[in-house]
Amino acid sequence: MTAVVTAASARQEPRGPRGARLRAALRADPAGAVGGALVVVLVLAGVGAPLLAPYPPTQVHFALPFQVPLTIGFPLGTDDLGRDLASRTLYGLRSSLQVAAIGVAVSVVLGTLLGLAAGWWRRLDPVIARITDVMLAFPFLVLAIGFAAVQGPSLGGAAISLGLAYVPHVALTVRAETLRVRATDFVLAARAMDARAPGMLLGHVLPNAASTIVVQATVILPQVVLGEAVLSFLGLGIQPPGSSLGIMLSDAQQYLYRTAWPAVLPGVVLALLCLAFNLVGDALRDRLDPATGARR
Amino acid sequence: MIRRLASRLAQAVVTLLLASLVIFLGVRALPGDPALAAAGEEADPATLATVRAQLGLDQPLVVQYLRFLGRTVTGDLGTSTRTGEPVSDAILSALPVTLQLSVLALLVAVAVGIVAGVLAARYRGRWPEWLASVFSLAALSVPVFWLGLLAVLYLAVGLGAFPASGYVSPLTDPLRALHHLILPAVIVGLPTAAVVLRQTRASMLGALDSDFVRTARATGLSENRVVWTVALRNSLVVLTTIVGLQLGTLIAGAAVTERIFGLPGLGKLTLDSVFSRDYPVVQAVVLVVTAAYVVINLLVDVLYSVVDPRIRVAGAAA
Repeated sequence: MTAVVTAASARQEPRGPRGARLRAALRADPAGAVGGALVVVLVLAGVGAPLLAPYPPTQVHFALPFQVPLTIGFPLGTDDLGRDLASRTLYGLRSSLQVAAIGVAVSVVLGTLLGLAAGWWRRLDPVIARITDVMLAFPFLVLAIGFAAVQGPSLGGAAISLGLAYVPHVALTVRAETLRVRATDFVLAARAMDARAPGMLLGHVLPNAASTIVVQATVILPQVVLGEAVLSFLGLGIQPPGSSLGIMLSDAQQYLYRTAWPAVLPGVVLALLCLAFNLVGDALRDRLDPATGARR
Repeated sequence: MIRRLASRLAQAVVTLLLASLVIFLGVRALPGDPALAAAGEEADPATLATVRAQLGLDQPLVVQYLRFLGRTVTGDLGTSTRTGEPVSDAILSALPVTLQLSVLALLVAVAVGIVAGVLAARYRGRWPEWLASVFSLAALSVPVFWLGLLAVLYLAVGLGAFPASGYVSPLTDPLRALHHLILPAVIVGLPTAAVVLRQTRASMLGALDSDFVRTARATGLSENRVVWTVALRNSLVVLTTIVGLQLGTLIAGAAVTERIFGLPGLGKLTLDSVFSRDYPVVQAVVLVVTAAYVVINLLVDVLYSVVDPRIRVAGAAA
């Protein structure tokens, strides 16, 4: 929620009465505000890639390989095949965000369902604990290898394996929160009035767990972004001609000793994206999660 | 204590069995008929049936699974379709490399993370804390393998300070082995160092504010003694669980770093096998990794309850 607030205030920066809200947000948490602004810029760049990119990401200019940044027509230079690095980076960013969105959605939805069930129905708890144990035993790389072996490497496979890998993390947090809310007086009262479980979970437990889930999601986001880059770098994620910052790095590795810039650029963008998510995540945790926030 | 250990052990066995079932079913879901692959594309139905019976594929799934379990437990992991050699040989030669890399990475991460975390807590609100939080943010945001690429380019090739690739067994030359492994290990360990740092700092801040530390201060111990012995010992307990949870990060980091630094470890073996559709090796590596995960977490949990009497007591009460 802070992200939305800071994002909104960041967008209002140029106009408005010298951005009173912006200044307030900056004073309260300057790092979080900077992170929020960065997230907005990078998400807009990724979503708007088809409009912003000067060329299609795969268009080659064989006559113009290894152009340096600020070349006319190629603001960030070109790679070994003369492909525009700015366009490839924008589309790669777009893929990172797609995978992040799918991955986080998978982990949050499945993790929340498992966590609610485990926390509410005590008899299910040991069963779900074993399920999450088994899921934890399969790191995302192993899951992705499985997906790649069964149906060939793909964006969807990478996103789902990354999402599945973080289901236990969400499930554990939601379970703890469910246990906490379940023991509160208002839930006891509602149960005494014979409220049904689904209504209770949706009406009382989930809203109370929402902020914890949001914090958990911001922790997972950068990990999914980095995970996609690793998988695509290894050839287990997005496949060419699809765009990925990981593929750009894998391409750039082949001519690393000739020019380092094509390898530097996607790494910087990945780091900025993750930094932005981490900054917003830290700010959100401070604000929404008083237990850890107080200790910081 | 014994009861707690027994129930934890039972849980681990159940987890292992479930994981092996998932792997077994996953391998069955792979495209292609193993009998057809073994007998050749032009085999007639009769030969195919014989081969199927030889491989045990005509048996019910339950029997196949039990046989698979039996073979696995006795160390028979099958034959690599790529090299024709036993899979266990390939794993035995790759495992030590990955193990050394991960353990070294973990050591670096824990050492850096604890020292930086303690300093950040001790000098709260001053520059060491600021530096530590910048470091942890950066280490969690920068892609490990990108850092590896740049390190190879600038530190190994540019400066010539480290070997750019290759592996030397510590049995033949310990110093050269360390020289080869230290740069990849530092890089693999960075994200874990950041997590350890944050956890150490948080629990140290809690400890420094607690009654037992106040008591220790009142006895006239120097602040350094209080911070590094009394408060830190209490904070270390929490760290043991992180090791287990960070294993996935370490494994992924090790796999991609092995590729960049040309280390012949499990990561390289797995990738080679995936791309040449060498399913027995893939299946075996996945089995080994999940088993290692379950066993290490079991050990961590046991260690945890040995280190912290409170958990022992709580476990006995439950």
